Amino acid sequence: MSLPKATELPIGAVIPEPGSTRRNLTAGWRTLRPVIHDDRCIRCQLCWLYCPEGTIVERKGVFQVGNRTYDVKYEIVYDYCKGCGICANECPTKAIEMVPETP
Amino acid sequence: MGILEFRFHGRGGQGMVTAAQVLAAAAILEGKYAQAFPEFGPERRGAPVKSYLRVSERPIYIREPVLHPDVIVVADQSLFQAENPLEGARPTTILVVNWIYKAPQKTYYVDATSLAMKILGRPIVNTALIGAVVKATGIVSLSSVAEALKKYFTGRLYDLNVKLIESAYQETKEL
Amino acid sequence: MIQIQKTRRVEALTGNYAAAYAVKAADVDVIAVYPITPQTTIVEKLSEFVANGELNAELIHVESEHSALSAVVGASAAGARVFTATSSQGLELAHEILHIASAMRLPIVMAVPTRAISAPISIHNDYGDVMNARDTGWVIYIAASAQEVYDTIIQAYRVAETVNLPAMVAYDGFLISHTVEPVELNNEEEVRRFLPRSVRPYTLNPKRPVTMGPLASPDWYYEFKYQQVLAMKEAYKVVKDVDALYGEKFGRSYGVVETYKMEDAEYAIVTYGGAAFGNAKAAADIARERGIAAGVVRVRLYRPFPTMDVLKVLEGVKALAVLDRAIMFGSPAEGPLYKDIATAMFMHGVDKPAANVIHGIGQRTMYVEDMYKIYTMLRENPRKEVVFMGVRV
Repeated sequence: MSLPKATELPIGAVIPEPGSTRRNLTAGWRTLRPVIHDDRCIRCQLCWLYCPEGTIVERKGVFQVGNRTYDVKYEIVYDYCKGCGICANECPTKAIEMVPETP
Repeated sequence: MGILEFRFHGRGGQGMVTAAQVLAAAAILEGKYAQAFPEFGPERRGAPVKSYLRVSERPIYIREPVLHPDVIVVADQSLFQAENPLEGARPTTILVVNWIYKAPQKTYYVDATSLAMKILGRPIVNTALIGAVVKATGIVSLSSVAEALKKYFTGRLYDLNVKLIESAYQETKEL
Repeated sequence: MIQIQKTRRVEALTGNYAAAYAVKAADVDVIAVYPITPQTTIVEKLSEFVANGELNAELIHVESEHSALSAVVGASAAGARVFTATSSQGLELAHEILHIASAMRLPIVMAVPTRAISAPISIHNDYGDVMNARDTGWVIYIAASAQEVYDTIIQAYRVAETVNLPAMVAYDGFLISHTVEPVELNNEEEVRRFLPRSVRPYTLNPKRPVTMGPLASPDWYYEFKYQQVLAMKEAYKVVKDVDALYGEKFGRSYGVVETYKMEDAEYAIVTYGGAAFGNAKAAADIARERGIAAGVVRVRLYRPFPTMDVLKVLEGVKALAVLDRAIMFGSPAEGPLYKDIATAMFMHGVDKPAANVIHGIGQRTMYVEDMYKIYTMLRENPRKEVVFMGVRV
């Protein structure tokens, strides 16, 4: 496959497709993966804030955890998570566990 | 007509740069070509300042200081201590001065300082000297000057300066 | 014979004020500037227009020229019509952004009243600053009068917005920027009709998101630079077309090269800028009176270089002198215009004596007398050499 010519590319190196980096799945070389134990999660949002990739997402809904009811839940999008462990390090209740990535 | 070249001598703050510009604007209003510029450089109140004016019926394209002015205007007697305002003057050069001065060339005099003090209340002599230049050379009409002046002054200051120009015109006499 | 008609609106304006009036007529949206002599009065006038409501624009006071150009890059990327101005050290400080503006293909217009570069510090006029920017991918005009500054800035907007390249309008600092001359102003409605808002291929708009200013790896970078090469070639044609169209609408046009008494000239001075051209014209008049077939050529469009137009007007000439007002240290010849002309001549098989005269550095006065001496030198001893005129050695 040959790459496009100068006259075939948008001028000024503009990339017309917004959000194209989403196509780039960067999780392939992870050795440890974070797992959020929802029963220990107090929804402090620190993991969401600290994740350098922005790959922890907030889901709205009704979530029953023990005798508490929350309207949000935090989930890791594993397509972009590189297993850096910052979320586990920041979590005040140690709700996030870094487990070996299974092949 | 050829190009008529003027050089103005004053001190920073006396308005000699403006004087050249107002005369240029008046000439342009009358459909002539004109070029007005200061001696370029850093500016300082009280320092000797030169400005230049060229007026012509044809487009002016040279950009050079005026070395041999047809008209020299000197706003301040003390300038003679700092420099020679008459440098480059020819026998036919006309002088316009602010004090009684004996020169070999034809000289026009108006007591611009007193007139300015009387009408404006401040010793800013440029507009009075504009009136004197118009009397001495007839290069533009007083009404063109009055029209051009609107871009520089408004309101009461405009009225006073027009009065000053007209008085200076009346009082300017050949020495 | 009076040529300026009283019915048209002719004002007595400095080159800088003429620039400000042109920017106002072009109805710009964003102005970002930092003051530097001799540009400051452009911004003072524009501030007046914005403050009294005559110009509806956002005037951003930035902290440096690097920021000024960066701010207009951002605003232009978002689709605004923008303006900035600088000179000398300011242009140098903004330098890295010059390349970015042109490579991002943003139609920015910048006025540059030219000024010598430090060191030593000089606030006076020469072309060191703009010549230092000649390879940055901007369209570069060099205007020779306040009237031409006004007309060229308006033309520059149309050219920039057609080819998507930024454009610089340079002119003599002080000698034009601070000299009052007659300037005929256009009807502003007519100017707006001459400068319709174009639909840009891409702008930063949340409704149609795109990415601008990415990194390009070796597999991609070259193609984008080549796009700029092609755009410059297109710009040459567009500059000519816009200038001709402007002439039809407003009655004044200049071409890419201006000539004076060149029809039968044997000896020519080729130069740029108002002072050099004007004084050379006066010298040519004197030379003609004394039997020398003298003429003058002024290069108005400096980038893209109008090679064929320059070569054409020099066809009948026996010997020429290229008068440069900037020094490119260490070059085979120190004058930038001379280098362009020598290259053009070489590439097109033209071989005739061409001297490079360097003068007017730091606003050293280029007397008409000096220009006349160039003509006598061309007639007596034409040679391919660099002559530094006006310097005490």
